[in-house]
Amino acid sequence: MSSPDNNPRRKFIAAAGAGVAGLGFTAIAPGLHLMAVGEAKAATEARKAGSAASPAVRWGLLIDANKCAPGCTKCIDACHTENGVSEKLPDARQNSQWIRKIELVDRRDGRKTELPMMCQHCAEPPCVDVCPTGASMKRADGIVLVDRHTCIGCRYCMMACPYKARSFVHAPLTEQNPEVPRGQGCVESCTLCVHRVDKGQTPACVESCPEGAMMFGDLNDPASAIAKRIASVPTTQVRADLRLNPGVRYQGI
Amino acid sequence: MKLLRLLVIALTAFIAVSPAPTLAGDGGRTTKPVIAIANPGKCVAPAEEMRRNHMEMLKHQRDRTLRAGIRGEPASLNACIECHASKTTGSVRGGKDNFCESCHSYVAVKLDCWDCHQPKAKFKAAGLKP
Repeated sequence: MSSPDNNPRRKFIAAAGAGVAGLGFTAIAPGLHLMAVGEAKAATEARKAGSAASPAVRWGLLIDANKCAPGCTKCIDACHTENGVSEKLPDARQNSQWIRKIELVDRRDGRKTELPMMCQHCAEPPCVDVCPTGASMKRADGIVLVDRHTCIGCRYCMMACPYKARSFVHAPLTEQNPEVPRGQGCVESCTLCVHRVDKGQTPACVESCPEGAMMFGDLNDPASAIAKRIASVPTTQVRADLRLNPGVRYQGI
Repeated sequence: MKLLRLLVIALTAFIAVSPAPTLAGDGGRTTKPVIAIANPGKCVAPAEEMRRNHMEMLKHQRDRTLRAGIRGEPASLNACIECHASKTTGSVRGGKDNFCESCHSYVAVKLDCWDCHQPKAKFKAAGLKP
């Protein structure tokens, strides 16, 4: 309740809570009230039909590399099924890659760590900066997307992305999922399963992880599980030196 | 010179014999579009308005949905398919009897929605294991 917050309703609830405490209820400790407000709120809520994505929210992921099982590809499978990524081109390097597993090896002691890597949904996305048509865009709630209606497939964003998160679709497609349109001649990347998030669900990779290594939520909401975890354990932004402020954070790397 | 005169006569005869060109849409040689709607009567606007403005409705809706994140608008390409997909092929594209393609080939307007969007109703993609 003490950290800055843009949601006026939440502020009101906090003020009401403080008022209740002042009326005779005991505050257990500074910042800790007897009645926890906002605890019951789910990780995500379905947005009402007709309402736009809120800039008060910032969706993000927290990935615990210690829990990520070696050789497991469940998150990639789930992503491909959810987003209809099914092409198998003669040159495998041309296949779309929305999420991939990376193995880190410490050369001194040989310790191996695996982690999933996808679009990091930067607060300052370089792909958006370089896009000549405005197709590469960041939604109000922090999800970085490609508007295929205006994408001309120049692949400048692929060059700009330091995380190699984007792919170009090389061949005509027919197996798209109705909610995830994608086609030849456009660049694409992880959408943070925006169609699921808008319905109040979590991304497919998060839901599929058998180890519970991935967590999804609102980074701006101090009451959310993800924000609480980030506030309590050391986490890393990959290539933090670039100051892009990615919305995907890693633990244990 | 004699050959040239013969050619001119032959050409004149050909032009005189060949029928006048038929205007498209007057029930002549051109096949009219097939408008078969699987689930009629549930459209978001009257047919006249849809015929004239469906592209505008979809264009503005797509920008609101993608860029602002507004969901559940009445104009939606996926909702179109649910009623307009052919009963036999389950699609709005692919043949001259399919709803979208039928009209668009008649008026010769390129239809590229379906290069990215799924033209089949209730389609479920299987995905690929890496």
